Amino acid sequence: MESVGSIIVYAVIALTIIVCSVLAVTTRKILRAATYLLFSLFATAALYFQLDYEFLGAVQIAVYAGGIVVLFVFSILLTSKPGDNTPALASKKRVLGGIGALAMFLVAGYSLVSRTSMLSAVAAGGNPSMTEIGTALMGTGHGQYLLPFEAISVLLLACIIGGVVIARKH
Amino acid sequence: MFCCGVYGFITRRNMIAILISLELMLNSVDINFVVFNRFLFPGEMEGMFFSLFAIGLAAAETALAIAIIINVFRVSENIDVRDVTKMKF
Repeated sequence: MESVGSIIVYAVIALTIIVCSVLAVTTRKILRAATYLLFSLFATAALYFQLDYEFLGAVQIAVYAGGIVVLFVFSILLTSKPGDNTPALASKKRVLGGIGALAMFLVAGYSLVSRTSMLSAVAAGGNPSMTEIGTALMGTGHGQYLLPFEAISVLLLACIIGGVVIARKH
Repeated sequence: MFCCGVYGFITRRNMIAILISLELMLNSVDINFVVFNRFLFPGEMEGMFFSLFAIGLAAAETALAIAIIINVFRVSENIDVRDVTKMKF
C-alpha cells in the first residue's frame, strides 16, 4: 500500500464490507439481508482484485455472488412471503449475541495486533498467473494441490447426491 | 466481519438468516487467509488455494443446508428455530 490512492480505495472497500455486514445481520426483512450479503460479497471480490489475486476474485464473484445469493433468494421466496417482517428479537438473546461478538473481536484483535506489525511496508507480492495456478492444481510435488482438488470433486459429488436424496418427493 | 456473523448467528431466529451470518463468517476467514498470504508470504500461493477450496466448500454446504431447510418447511410451515423441537420419532 504505497500510494495514497490505494489506501483510499482500501478504506472505501473495508467500510462497505463492514457497513453491509452489520446491516445484513440486524435488518428485520429477510430479503434485504440477502441483498446486503450480495453487496458484502461484491466488496470482498473488489478487495481480492486490489490484492492482485484476479483468479480468486473472479471465482468469488462467480460462485459466491452469483450462485449462493441466487440460492438464498430462491429459498427465501419459497419459505416466506417477502413482505413479512421477522418479529422483534428478545433482548436477552441480543445481549448474549453482543457479548459473544465482542469477545471474539477482542480475542481476534489482540492476537492480530500483538503478532504482526500492522503498518510495516509490504514486500512486492507475487501475482500468480493462470499457468502457475493450473500446474499447481494438477501436480503432486511439494507445493501442489492435486489431492485437495480430487477430494473436493468427490465432496461435490456427495453433496449433489445428498441434495437429491433430501429433496425428493415421497 | 466475523463478529457480525457471530452476532447474527446467535440472535436470529429465521433459519435462513442464520445461514446468511454463517456465510459472513466464512467470507471473513477467506479474506484473512488471502491477506496473510499477500503480506507475510509473498512468494507462495497457499493462502489463495486455501481460500479457493474454502469458497467451493461453502457453496456445497450452503446448498445442502438450504435443501434441509426446505424439507423442514414442507413438514411444518415454519422456519423459526424455536419451533422446530421434535425429532422424527
